[in-house]
Amino acid sequence: MQDATARLVGNRHAALMAIVAILLLLPLVAPSLFYLRIATLVFIFALAVLGLNLLMGFAGQVSLGHAGFFGVGAYAVAVGPTHLGLPAWASLLAGAALAGVLAFVVGRPILRLKGHYLAVATLGMGLLIGMVFTNEARWTGGPDGMPVARLVLLGWTVRGTQTWYWISGATLALGVLIAINLIDSPTGRAFRAIHDSETAAAVLGVDVARYKLIAFVLSAVYAAVAGAYLALFDGLVTPGTAGFLRSIEFVAMAVMGGLGSIFGSIVGAALLTVLPQVLTVFHDYEQIALGTIMVLFMIFLRAGIVPTVAALMDRAPP
Amino acid sequence: MTEFLQFLFSGLTVGAIYALVAVGFTLIYSSSDVINFAQGEFVMIGGMATYVLAAAGVPLPIASLLAVVIAVAVGLLLHRLAIEPARDASAVTLIIITIGASILLRGVAGVAIDKNFHSLPPFLGAEPWLVGGAAILPQSVIVLFGAGIIVLLLWLFMSRTLYGKATLATAANRMAARLVGIDTSRVVMLSFAISAAIGAVGGILVTPIVLTSYDVGTLLALKGFAAAMLGGIGNPVGAIAGGLLLGLLEAFGAGYVSSSYKDAIAFMLILAVLFALPQGLFGRSTIERV
Repeated sequence: MQDATARLVGNRHAALMAIVAILLLLPLVAPSLFYLRIATLVFIFALAVLGLNLLMGFAGQVSLGHAGFFGVGAYAVAVGPTHLGLPAWASLLAGAALAGVLAFVVGRPILRLKGHYLAVATLGMGLLIGMVFTNEARWTGGPDGMPVARLVLLGWTVRGTQTWYWISGATLALGVLIAINLIDSPTGRAFRAIHDSETAAAVLGVDVARYKLIAFVLSAVYAAVAGAYLALFDGLVTPGTAGFLRSIEFVAMAVMGGLGSIFGSIVGAALLTVLPQVLTVFHDYEQIALGTIMVLFMIFLRAGIVPTVAALMDRAPP
Repeated sequence: MTEFLQFLFSGLTVGAIYALVAVGFTLIYSSSDVINFAQGEFVMIGGMATYVLAAAGVPLPIASLLAVVIAVAVGLLLHRLAIEPARDASAVTLIIITIGASILLRGVAGVAIDKNFHSLPPFLGAEPWLVGGAAILPQSVIVLFGAGIIVLLLWLFMSRTLYGKATLATAANRMAARLVGIDTSRVVMLSFAISAAIGAVGGILVTPIVLTSYDVGTLLALKGFAAAMLGGIGNPVGAIAGGLLLGLLEAFGAGYVSSSYKDAIAFMLILAVLFALPQGLFGRSTIERV
């Protein structure tokens, strides 16, 4: 049994099956719509974290500015229909494309930097994007944000928690499928080679700059799609959507769940989405509890929750 | 010219605080490779604890001293309870630990004190001095002098004392330092204590001008980190230069270009510097061993 569970956690395709199983079973056991709402948020954040994990966990490049791309997607579905008369679905695609192009343009120079220098450069990039949302009030509503019109597909208005539960869940499953296939492709192997040693990868003929850029663009597109979903689901965007704290939250989700683990992205997103909801019972002590839990998790499960648990199960006698 | 002087002084004042936070980052980083995102919280503790003690009737000098002691105690606890148990973990794991610690400290301050903005009385009165037509708060001068004295003391400590030399040795090469008998984990502990003290003093000096509250640390940590990277991480001179430069960029950007985009101007220049000098202004290029 333990062995089977270990294989389940370690096997990437099993992770996909687990997600699909959770997706199908949760509505049967959830006592109220509130739980599905939280689950929807988990799926949306997990999508963004999954993209970030491809960049950080597989290609080994840190980003403290991913909320910027998340915000590009979110504001695209707000600004597109309101100011440009685009339908919401076209705005979503345009937002994802815009985030990808932005990542492509910024990525070339930024990804030459290493380690903490890359961290501060991506942080600056995220702040710059966020500042545009705050200051261009004519387009974005400024610090108060702006409402987002509902998504209309072929005359059908997408609304309601349950509908978004299925849409975001299915998109996450698709995102996982793409990520799994990518990791087992030559591109994925190039990512991991760069992660282990850029010099060694370059010596072996891996075009380091190109593959870093691919990971960066891909993670930006994941984040933008997730941002667009959140804006459409909430019906509102504010500059906080793209704030520095959101970027930090994404990184914390990826690291706590486990860098380099697909399933870890989902566990990390779930943990840091559900925890604040649970911790509201502590009222004023919420932040204290959250901070303590983060510190304790990282001390005792330093490789992240999923990889640590998987390693423990591997070691356990059958 | 008057305008220029005004921006120059406000930039230097803010820059001095960024520089102190950046020096704190640098000290801890060079002895332990940890980027301590709870660095801003030391500044918060300095300001908030002084405010609480002063409000309780403790004379300001004693209140300030006690606040520094509290910050040092917090720094030591942070090292002992959160950093030391995870010292073999990866850099990014350690960063999440310090972010968790900063959330925790913010929470404690919010509960134990309150969530309002607080100030301290200026040390030399509130009447501004006029220099070349520009109005300068006496407190700004105190901030600049205070920061200068801290840097001087730090330099003396590093170059004249055995502990300081042990710190330098650890920063240069941890393995070699351990081989010649330096207790490197004690050096790391010491660097946490000194960083906490520096941050707290900065917080006390600047609170009469910019106010303090339980959550000022986040923004300061962000700016201090940027300043440290701009100067080149691990280099104290770079940290000071980076901090002052960042403060000046913000002040002149806000004054001459756009106040709502002042942070944007600062960060665009940081990006430009990093593209030209990927190791920061004063950083040395390192050779990676494969």
